[in-house]
Amino acid sequence: MMLTELTIAAAQDGLRRRDFSAVELVGAHIAAIERLNGRLNAFITVTADQAMDAARRADDVLAKGEAAPLTGIPLGIKDLFCTDGVRTTAASRMLENFVPPYESTVTANLLRDGAVFAGKTNLDEFAMGSANINSAFGAVENPWKREGEADTVLVPGGSSGGSAAAVAASLVMGATGTDTGGSIRQPASYCGIAGIKPTYGRCSRWGTIAFASSLDQAGPMARTVEDCAILLQSMAGFDLRDSTSVDCPVPDYRAACGRDLKGMKVGIPAEYRVAGMPAEIEAAWNKGIAWLRDAGCEIVEVSLPYTKYGLATYYIVAPAECSSNLARYDGVRFGRRVPAASLDEQYEATRRAGFGAEVRRRIMMGTYVLSAGYYDAYYLRAQKVRNLIRRDFERAFQQVDVLLTPTAPSPAFAQGEKMDDPVQMYLNDVFTVPASMAGVPAMSVPAGLSANGLPLGLQIIGRSFDEEAVLAAASAIERAASFTHRPALRAEVV
Amino acid sequence: MSYVIEGRTGPWELVVGLEVHAQVISQSKLFSGASASYGGEPNTHVSLVDAGFPGMLPVINRECVAQAVRTGLGLKARINLESRFDRKNYFYADLPTGYQISQFTHPIVGEGAVEIELADGSIRTIGITRLHLEQDAGKSMHDQDPTRSFIDLNRAGVALMEIVSEPDIRTPEEAGAYLRKLRMILRYLGTCDGNMEEGSMRADVNVSVRKAGEPFRTRCEIKNVNSIRYVMQAIEIEAARQVEIWEGGGSVDQETRLFDPARGETRSLRSKEDAHDYRYFPDPDLLPLVVEEAWVESLGAVLPELPDAKRQRFQSEYGIPRYDAGVLVAEQATADFYETVARGRDPRLAANWVIGDFFGALNRTGRTIQDSPITAEGLGGMLDLITDGTINGKIAKDVFEDMLETGESAAAVVERRGLRQVTDTGAIDAAVQAVLDANQDKLAEYRSGKDKLFGFFVGQVMKAMAGKGNPALVNAALKKVL
Amino acid sequence: MSLDPATVRRIARLARIGIDESDLHALQGELNGILGWIEQLNEVDIDGVEPMVGTGHAALRMRDDVVTDGDARDAVLSNAPDAAGPFYTVPKVVE
Repeated sequence: MMLTELTIAAAQDGLRRRDFSAVELVGAHIAAIERLNGRLNAFITVTADQAMDAARRADDVLAKGEAAPLTGIPLGIKDLFCTDGVRTTAASRMLENFVPPYESTVTANLLRDGAVFAGKTNLDEFAMGSANINSAFGAVENPWKREGEADTVLVPGGSSGGSAAAVAASLVMGATGTDTGGSIRQPASYCGIAGIKPTYGRCSRWGTIAFASSLDQAGPMARTVEDCAILLQSMAGFDLRDSTSVDCPVPDYRAACGRDLKGMKVGIPAEYRVAGMPAEIEAAWNKGIAWLRDAGCEIVEVSLPYTKYGLATYYIVAPAECSSNLARYDGVRFGRRVPAASLDEQYEATRRAGFGAEVRRRIMMGTYVLSAGYYDAYYLRAQKVRNLIRRDFERAFQQVDVLLTPTAPSPAFAQGEKMDDPVQMYLNDVFTVPASMAGVPAMSVPAGLSANGLPLGLQIIGRSFDEEAVLAAASAIERAASFTHRPALRAEVV
Repeated sequence: MSYVIEGRTGPWELVVGLEVHAQVISQSKLFSGASASYGGEPNTHVSLVDAGFPGMLPVINRECVAQAVRTGLGLKARINLESRFDRKNYFYADLPTGYQISQFTHPIVGEGAVEIELADGSIRTIGITRLHLEQDAGKSMHDQDPTRSFIDLNRAGVALMEIVSEPDIRTPEEAGAYLRKLRMILRYLGTCDGNMEEGSMRADVNVSVRKAGEPFRTRCEIKNVNSIRYVMQAIEIEAARQVEIWEGGGSVDQETRLFDPARGETRSLRSKEDAHDYRYFPDPDLLPLVVEEAWVESLGAVLPELPDAKRQRFQSEYGIPRYDAGVLVAEQATADFYETVARGRDPRLAANWVIGDFFGALNRTGRTIQDSPITAEGLGGMLDLITDGTINGKIAKDVFEDMLETGESAAAVVERRGLRQVTDTGAIDAAVQAVLDANQDKLAEYRSGKDKLFGFFVGQVMKAMAGKGNPALVNAALKKVL
Repeated sequence: MSLDPATVRRIARLARIGIDESDLHALQGELNGILGWIEQLNEVDIDGVEPMVGTGHAALRMRDDVVTDGDARDAVLSNAPDAAGPFYTVPKVVE
């Protein structure tokens, strides 16, 4: 039995039956990380010793028959979640040596439920990027290869690229991600795994390093929809320390995965059929429509007329918030400091050296769109358009229960492609951003392979706080697709 | 009262508006659970939220909101049931997050008014534009190290109310009266201690000048003035400076200035002005603040009686003069003290004793009402002894001084020192006779028509009785014999 | 709207990000590219549309006025690049 190929659901059973120990399970994954991380660069920090200690404690708990939902399950934690006593970098030079004296709510919830953290996964610096090439700790390699191109290094997507690559390559059984405009869903699609961005307010943002506060939302990434449901069950929940956390009961997500879809109305938004969409993306989408129809869903054409403005709106709102959120990195209380003679010179030197090019670019953009004379033309206008986008979704959800779209306009691309022009890079998020702008839950699930053998994801978008419908529809697609393909680079083959 | 600056080109009028920053009285900070109390070892009243650590988030303190609402009600202002928090972005050493959470577009309190009374007895109304909640910054210390400034974040995140007046103030005196009245209202409400020395109340002063009938000219903002006297001085000095500029053919630049009381000048803080662009936008970590009308009403229902209302009531209920009532309501504690003394007694007598002897004694001994050895009940007890004839007014002064020294009750002092007033007519008659016997010459003069000597005899009798004779009875006995 | 080099410098100054003259040209081009692309929002009719504020799911929750935090100077200073005793430090500020 390959322990690294198990699902979380299967591992839970195996651990409880004592088919294998947590030490064996975690050990197999740590060994895989040791073999593969040098190549994939999926982890910034590997906490092997702590993980093995935690595994031994998990075995004690399991021996007493007191297992919590995630006891002994090895996970990767995106290095944007602050972890008490474990370096947390946001993939930035700025926080290279930052050791938080606190644990984020989401990771604390996972620890409460017995999870074992194998380490902190790589990401685009401060979660800004769609290819995981903007990391101060180096780019992440997608474990998938184009057919016949074993030497071409593909990007894993971003910003949760390290988490996606680690899960796809079976270095961990699941991982946390954060999604601001697609940072869970797009890398999940590129790496052939599942990932859900829950409703804004479902997972606490407390202790997670902020990029754009009105959009940031944590979520799980795993190889199956059910595993995502299991992880989300632990991660989600009301938190008094986050004023935007919503006090709304967390339902049984795992149960939702098996739900019968008969009578579910699935909307197909016309506006997502963008000009120039690759035929294979459209084909995958059409297959998804057919699978859901076969599962008993009613397919409805819907219109989200303001969707096409989602991306431009996002690239005003997110940089604006980031320009303010990242002002705290000033070299005074934590993080990097480049000493200089005056305070302003120190700020400028510190922030120039501490932030990478994309982060600096977005801070500049955000500063500009909020500045005197431009606020109305950019920021205020964007927030109005954002309201129109949200209303689009509200109207659509009066007609249908979920929406089905592609996750991304292309499969994973190669490092070096699309890198000259920021706008070309931003377009990778064209399908994922609108749901972020509206705050509604959305999930990517693998649906098939592209002509050159790369995974393609489909996106299910649901009503606010109805992650159950999203999980149910995603499970149906997962079953119909029977996506059993595995990446070229993975634990059991390398 | 008109205030005119005489320039070479004729008279100029003064236009002043004040922005007062008042520290909210609360246990914990506006958005964190760290202590809001003054003092404390450096960086001990600091949470990771206050220090702006990554991933830390603000959660608002209900009491701070309630304090703002109470203050709004006290200023007879509109309470905005929905308000918002914005980020004011700027970099500074004592601003940990790089932005101050404030209320820019939607403050919690809208228009209100404060009535002020001037020395000539005239009354003016100064409009309140708005009141909003915001965070205080930390403190930089520049004198501890040759090359570095040290940062203490104990104050960072403490709640402030910024109270903005309309540019209705026309004289330095009005500015002083406005600040005193505002401070009085805040103290009555218990929303700010109004202590300008400790910085819990500070004023930014907007000053401009104009010729009569003109629209407003450019104003300058004098930042962070920390006493009422300095505010009045700064206004005078700044107005004179502006008149000088205008009359010299120049124009006043809109800028932030600093008042230097030692040099008696204001000077430009141009360095701070440099590229100010606060980039306000709604704080995405916070949702709109919605307060229920019923909650506002419940806060209003238990609001203390405010100085204006109390003064009117003192006048009508106790029949004391407006001026006395004004003195008594200046502090809540004074007003309470007076009411305790006055209740069930002669309120005018009570007012005279409280304002005269009691305040005099506090001043003389450097004490406050709180640590005064004479309590309101104690002073009332002494007045009771006057009223029931146990002591007379003159002896009462002695008793009062004794009480001040020993902290004993008036009755105990009277008992210990045997100061009970003599009403035994036999004893009085005997004393009268003894005085007449000893002053045969004066008696003869009196009888020959020198009526004024009656007072001399009264004094002699009282002296013989060690001041304890009942003055009315002594008078009656003398009249009978003479 | 297109940014000139002076505006790029002003934004960098506001954001306290040091830029070299050599960065300026590239940065100006990139920012103008993004700005040109987001110009598309100008075609949206936003008359009478309220800006989105909050999530619409709840109003702000208020916490009780209790001291629950602070008194943790070691944690507060644990990551300071240059603490001096109980203080953070910055280069001397002349006021």
